[in-house]
Amino acid sequence: MNKIWLIVEREYLTRVRKMSFILITLLGPIALALGLSVIIYLSLSEDVIHKVLIVDEKAPAFNSISNTQNIKFNYANNMDLQQSKEMFYDSDYSCILYIPKNIEAGNIAILYYKKQPSASVIRGIEDKVEAVVEELKLDQYKIDRKEFYDVKTNFTLNPVKYSETGDEEELDKGATYIGFGFGILIYMFIFLYGVQVMRGVIEEKTNRIVEVIITSVRPFHLMMGKIIGVGLVSLTQIVLWITLTLGIFGIAQATILDNYYSPEKLTEQVQATPEVMEELQAEGAAKSGIMDPNSIINRTNWTVMISLFLFYFFGGYFLYSALFAAVGAAVDNETDTQQFMIPITAPLGIAYIFSAAIIKNPEGPIAFWLSIFPLTSPIIMLVRVALGVGEGGIPIWEVALSMVLLVLGFILVVWIAAKIYRVGILMYGKKPSYKELWKWLRYSNK
Amino acid sequence: MNSSPILSIQGVTKRYAQHTALDSISIDVPQNKIFGLLGPNGAGKTSLIRIINQITAPDEGQILFNGEQLSLSHETRIGYLPEERGLYKKMKVGEQALYLARLKGLPKKRAMELLKFWFEKFEITSWWDKKIEELSKGMQQKVQFIVTVLHEPELLILDEPFSGFDPINASLIRDEILRLKENGATVILSTHNMSSVEEICDDIALIYRSKKILSGGVKEVKAARKENIYNVSFSGDKMKFSQALWIDAELLETSTEGKLNVAKVKMLNNKTPNDLLKALIPHVEIHGLHEEIPSMNDVFIQRVNEINKAELEVEAV
Repeated sequence: MNKIWLIVEREYLTRVRKMSFILITLLGPIALALGLSVIIYLSLSEDVIHKVLIVDEKAPAFNSISNTQNIKFNYANNMDLQQSKEMFYDSDYSCILYIPKNIEAGNIAILYYKKQPSASVIRGIEDKVEAVVEELKLDQYKIDRKEFYDVKTNFTLNPVKYSETGDEEELDKGATYIGFGFGILIYMFIFLYGVQVMRGVIEEKTNRIVEVIITSVRPFHLMMGKIIGVGLVSLTQIVLWITLTLGIFGIAQATILDNYYSPEKLTEQVQATPEVMEELQAEGAAKSGIMDPNSIINRTNWTVMISLFLFYFFGGYFLYSALFAAVGAAVDNETDTQQFMIPITAPLGIAYIFSAAIIKNPEGPIAFWLSIFPLTSPIIMLVRVALGVGEGGIPIWEVALSMVLLVLGFILVVWIAAKIYRVGILMYGKKPSYKELWKWLRYSNK
Repeated sequence: MNSSPILSIQGVTKRYAQHTALDSISIDVPQNKIFGLLGPNGAGKTSLIRIINQITAPDEGQILFNGEQLSLSHETRIGYLPEERGLYKKMKVGEQALYLARLKGLPKKRAMELLKFWFEKFEITSWWDKKIEELSKGMQQKVQFIVTVLHEPELLILDEPFSGFDPINASLIRDEILRLKENGATVILSTHNMSSVEEICDDIALIYRSKKILSGGVKEVKAARKENIYNVSFSGDKMKFSQALWIDAELLETSTEGKLNVAKVKMLNNKTPNDLLKALIPHVEIHGLHEEIPSMNDVFIQRVNEINKAELEVEAV
């Protein structure tokens, strides 16, 4: 066992010391964090103050419109639309809001602009106008304000699964996007690092050093040492990526985005409009849906999610990298790997393709079977468990079955891979067929 | 040296799908000797070496190491230099040597001490931080040789140890092999190039077509194949020389080396070199006489011819 750790140590150290690893590990998060910051900065920088000139043919009804944080309304007292348009480009107004005389009937107003305002600005103006129009109509129909607000309904349909045993489960499909994200991460890393294991095996084989090493250690130990070492490299990279991205993002937030996105600012806003926030929270995902990341993030059970992510990450990685190791052992150079790569990459590809579909239908039969089958479960099950495990989510037994099968699948695959590996690393000069591989499997142990 | 053999290979057979690589081979490798495992390419030498190194297992037969059944616990007592040399190209020389030494079970501190000793001895201390790929092929071979012997194995298995070395380094390696023997190690040299090892081997085994066809001490094996042929160098008339010979002394060939003539004479009917001298001395002046001893290569070719002839006869019957 000591020797396995020597191998793990070598595989790990030689890889993390490589310039390419250091560069990718450092540049990845910088690029990611900068990208995120730029996106947020750009979207926030739209929040320059929009000056809107109101041309009101129903004067003075719209004189009462109040400013918002980034929209300032000015009331054109003695200008008609034509005059306003003439002076538009000489003024600092960014928009003209034209309220026609029959606005209650047509429910339409016109916004003239120089540069197209963002959707949120248009939405803000709409809300303001809508509120005034409502007031007008309330007066017109002589409806009591209190009655109106009591009657006004914001409807939510809440789908709840009623199981045979009488349990009620509330599905939270939005959360599956989080799981999808994790699943894709696993897919990516299995590919990246599985191929590294394969390259490592081919390298040792073409170097011929393998013959020296296996006089000191068992081929199985060599294979496992390599797989574990490379696995730790991938874990290092993931951890560094996440912490660095968050760190850099945090710094970026504190500097360039300071004025827009600080937590204090957010709480200020919350305090300013407590009713609004309450309303929002009450409505939850129903209104904001999956587009409100805060709600999904808050409702995800991160402890379960991250532990399952680690389990499926390592399970999937070990399973596939053992297969990659066997492929590496079977061939002499990388160009010969093609024919053996297809059966390995096919289930990964299937899992990847179906994971997108399973976001929408995480409880269907395809989702179930693919999340049980060890070659696809590392990706698919993560999409599903984002719904939660146990009450209100995926039944515990399904998760347990999937985990047990993954472990069993891993043992079986390693056993097969080790046999191919043991024979393959000493075979040179011929490209084996599947028939040949089958023969290797049946060679007696030792 | 009457101690039991360090390695006793008993009836080892190894079959692959299409052919038999080793056909019930039995060889005893005596303690503290340099043992030549000889044979042409493809005879089965590497298959046998891999079995001794426990890289593969025999289908039949067994191997005893110091009288014990060969097992994984012996692998730290064996050093192996494979025919196809190889090291991690991107790894630094020192780091790599240390890694391989620790894989062989040496503690880190001890491995460092030994490496320092060997690097100084081979005058390659300045290579420590170089990558293997920066070294020439001969330099890489030196590193690999050090790695092979570093853990002071009792049994060293060197597959084609001199290939890839220039004459200077080859003799350096030869001296090291002899010194290792002096220090108590047993060395198995495997090669198809018989002339390169016969002078340092004590014992040999010849492998041909998966079978052992000859084994024993180098001197004995060669002596057994002597054909009673003598090289006589003389000055004087060649005619007189040949006239002096009689029916039991057959002149095979004559040549001239400088001012001297050299004649190759085969003695028949158990006649001795004294008989030859007696006949020659009255006629020519003798400058030297020595018996021709067959080279290992000659022995091998003779033996192979015998086998092929026997096979032909069997087929004919």
